[in-house]
Amino acid sequence: MKAKFLVPLLLFFGLAGFLAFGLTLNPREVPSPLIDKPAPNFRLARLDQPEQSFALDEMRGQVWLLNVWASWCVACRQEHPLLVRMAEQKLVPVVGLNYKEVRGDGAISTRGMALEAETTMAIERARRWLSDHGNPYQLSVLDIDGRVGIDFGVYGVPETFLIDREGRIRYKHIGPITPESLKTQIMPKVEELRRAG
Amino acid sequence: MKARSKRLMLVGGGVALLFAAVALVLSAFQQNLVFFHTPTEVSEGKAPTGKTFRIGGMVEDGSIAREADGITVRFAITDTAKVIPVTYKGTLPDLFKEGKGAVVQGKLEGGVFRATEVLAKHDENYMPPEAAHAVEQAQKAAQTVSQ
Amino acid sequence: MIPELGHFALILALVLSLVQAVVPLVGAHRNSSALMGVGRPAAQGQFFFILFSYVCLTWAFIQSDFSVQLAASNSHSATPLMYKITGVWGNHEGSLLLWAMSLSLWTVAVTVFSRHLPDAFLARVLGVLGWVSAGFISFTLVTSNPFERLLPAVADGRDLNPLLQDPGMIIHPPLLYMGYVGFSVAFAFAIAALLSGRLDAAWARWSRPWTTIAWVFLTAGIAVGSGWAYYELGWGGWWFWDPVENASFMPWLLGTALMHSLAVTEKRGAFRSWTVLLAIGAFSLSLLGTFLVRSGVITSVHAFATDPKRGLYILALLVIVIGFSLLLYAMRANKLMGGGSFGLVSRETSLLANNVLLTVASASVLLGTLYPLFLDALGLGKISVGPPYFEAVFVPLMTPVVVLMAFGPFLRWKDDDLLAEVRRVAPAFVASVAIGVGSAWAVDHLTWRTALGLSLAAWVVLASLQLLARRLGERAGASAGSRLRSITASWWGMWLAHFGIGIFIIGVTMVGSLDRHVDVKMKEGQHAELAGYTFVFRGAVDADGPNYDAARGNIELIRDGRSLGMLTPEKRVYLAQGMPMTEASLDIGVFRDVYVSLGEQLEDGAWIVSLYYKPFISWIWMGCLLMGVGGVFAAADRRYRRLAARDAAAAVGGRAGAAA
Repeated sequence: MKAKFLVPLLLFFGLAGFLAFGLTLNPREVPSPLIDKPAPNFRLARLDQPEQSFALDEMRGQVWLLNVWASWCVACRQEHPLLVRMAEQKLVPVVGLNYKEVRGDGAISTRGMALEAETTMAIERARRWLSDHGNPYQLSVLDIDGRVGIDFGVYGVPETFLIDREGRIRYKHIGPITPESLKTQIMPKVEELRRAG
Repeated sequence: MKARSKRLMLVGGGVALLFAAVALVLSAFQQNLVFFHTPTEVSEGKAPTGKTFRIGGMVEDGSIAREADGITVRFAITDTAKVIPVTYKGTLPDLFKEGKGAVVQGKLEGGVFRATEVLAKHDENYMPPEAAHAVEQAQKAAQTVSQ
Repeated sequence: MIPELGHFALILALVLSLVQAVVPLVGAHRNSSALMGVGRPAAQGQFFFILFSYVCLTWAFIQSDFSVQLAASNSHSATPLMYKITGVWGNHEGSLLLWAMSLSLWTVAVTVFSRHLPDAFLARVLGVLGWVSAGFISFTLVTSNPFERLLPAVADGRDLNPLLQDPGMIIHPPLLYMGYVGFSVAFAFAIAALLSGRLDAAWARWSRPWTTIAWVFLTAGIAVGSGWAYYELGWGGWWFWDPVENASFMPWLLGTALMHSLAVTEKRGAFRSWTVLLAIGAFSLSLLGTFLVRSGVITSVHAFATDPKRGLYILALLVIVIGFSLLLYAMRANKLMGGGSFGLVSRETSLLANNVLLTVASASVLLGTLYPLFLDALGLGKISVGPPYFEAVFVPLMTPVVVLMAFGPFLRWKDDDLLAEVRRVAPAFVASVAIGVGSAWAVDHLTWRTALGLSLAAWVVLASLQLLARRLGERAGASAGSRLRSITASWWGMWLAHFGIGIFIIGVTMVGSLDRHVDVKMKEGQHAELAGYTFVFRGAVDADGPNYDAARGNIELIRDGRSLGMLTPEKRVYLAQGMPMTEASLDIGVFRDVYVSLGEQLEDGAWIVSLYYKPFISWIWMGCLLMGVGGVFAAADRRYRRLAARDAAAAVGGRAGAAA
């Protein structure tokens, strides 16, 4: 065997090394700087009873999911049946963060719209959506202007945060939850946190 | 011609070709790579002026406005920390919306980014990775400052 | 029940593929014809089970069985039947199944059409194909099971991505996969030859028609994909240098080199080592393309699966298949040296030069595609490599290829007189440059790129005509009919494919230099002008389809005061995914397309309308068509069948001799 005939093989192994490294750079899996940090606290109006508010502290002692959604979000529609099934099987409590219900919708112009009008519209739209597609949430809160979303580092809908008993964010899932990711990533972490606490 | 010198010419030709090709590829890279910058980097003056580059981020809410001709669009792109105003002449992609991720390519002219291309993903309602990267960087920076 | 049957059939196919991978190879090693004989029925049985499995999956789509995860994610009860059927491969899992099925189809074709091959050689070929097949079927079963159930079922599916709901998408993936996967046959022949240590011209002759047919499929697949992008993406581009396009283009470039290299190996016995390397390379690039598309390493419009586990599996597959082949090559390559000698000026040299250039071009595309990944991996920042890079590299590399392509066929094998040949074609060359520069000036676009493109095209056309004239003049005195008949099909194939390149270059150059585009705001009754055409907006109406809502614009196209008809671009919103889609409308002509698409509707009821004028764009696809037809001619040459019969006779004779 002459050395020069090994050149193609060596070139290929170099390439394969890079590709293997490239696999670790999955662009979808952006590490969140908030992981293992206390979740930013908030107090927001509830979707079912807008006159009442809900604060993150109220979930203390439970392992739960905060799911960011909106009726205009197409990918939410994709994960929604799964959320409904999770709720039926009582897998884990899910709180919905309804994110920029009105102003996030590219089809609606909110210029000149008063906050009250926007809130009323958001409640009406979000409720209709939940009654059409099923309500998997223990409750939903309204983040009309997206401020809480920004605190959480939300840059797209849907996103789901796994929060532990002490109110720390333990995992962030970007994009729609799939049966696969639920089985292999979210639920094992939920079980682990439940055992730990 | 002797077999040896023939072989030499073939090998010499091959090597010359290889060098030419490498030079070609390098110069093409030199001139045509499009770098990617986040809005924060742009506002800190880290982006080149007069050279084409890309910005990724979210289209800021309520920022889309059309000029009277109907063709020129103004909007702003943000990584939640800094905002860069953008102008673009032409048809926007189907999935371009306020509050959604987008990547724009063009040049910076007097504080305004003149986009020649606006990209949104074709196949799903989600963020282009470059845009996600920009927002992520800004989040990290904010985190460091607040600590 | 049916999906479970499909799943079970796929498992059986895996078992058979393993049988096919192991038993014939052992048989070839031990020289046992009983064991070698297992390969053929195993391959055919495997095809039956994969086909059965595929039909089961299609059944789930047609029946809208949304308890199957894949159907729920990629189909909808209101989807038209045609798109229910094509939706099967409009996703990661289904397209893998299609991959496995086309590999199996190729394997069966080998068992049917290669009866003349020596038993041991055929056994090795089937063994190699069996390993590849086992790799892909197990990949499908382990990481991407298409029959995964979704329980309880959802009421309705999410529908197929609207971009894929298009006639072009019905045929593009199967053609492309047949091409991609077809190089596995050339690969298997090369590996079988390396394994047996018998690397003479016979091997090249056997694998030539297979390589050519695979190349025809790949050419057609790429052309259809490009046509789809042109009218479906709504902005009139026909090639984007997108990573996934590059993934199919790289094997095409290397496959083109392989076809030509095989010709030299068959006719002159030279370049054997190089040919083997190209056969491995073309198939490796097909696998690499599959990896890039399926692993999500490169983000692209096409990349739908981004699961690192899948990426890892394909990467492992890649390393095993390619690593093993290249190792085998390194071990056996010294046996491949030598062969027919040739002079510095000969057809061999011209083919070698083109081969090297095509390989370098392929490498430059690979580099451009992977460079962002390299920089990211090294932490040097995020970049994108766009069309300007590829154009800057590709034009200078392809210019000598095209010049040589038209000149090479004039040269004789072995040795020729350069000066005499150059003198012979010099008038055509000078005329081409004059025509190129002249027509660039005539269309009022005298840039060096337009002049170069048109000169090259003129050179290909003129040199091809001269070549034909010379070939016809070879047998002076014979009747015209007998002269025509004396030309072989493979010569016509070469001639047509080369001529097609000339047509293709005209299309690319003209559309690249002269296309016009304008975006305008239009209200009912308003008109706009572009490239001598008048567009009158006659308003927009609702035009809802089975699974989408749409607004349809009516735009009258007028030239010289005469109406050429109504263009009807649409803006659709697909209901299941709420996804907006632009559907362009075209007036297609031989010398130009007029292309219109709708932008968004403004508050005052006006629409943004994009108008395009695309001169000579159909020539791009006409050129591809000629190349494909040329390939079919070349593969259909009677010579292969005659030689096949001779080989078979020799093999039988040899066996009889051995028995005696």
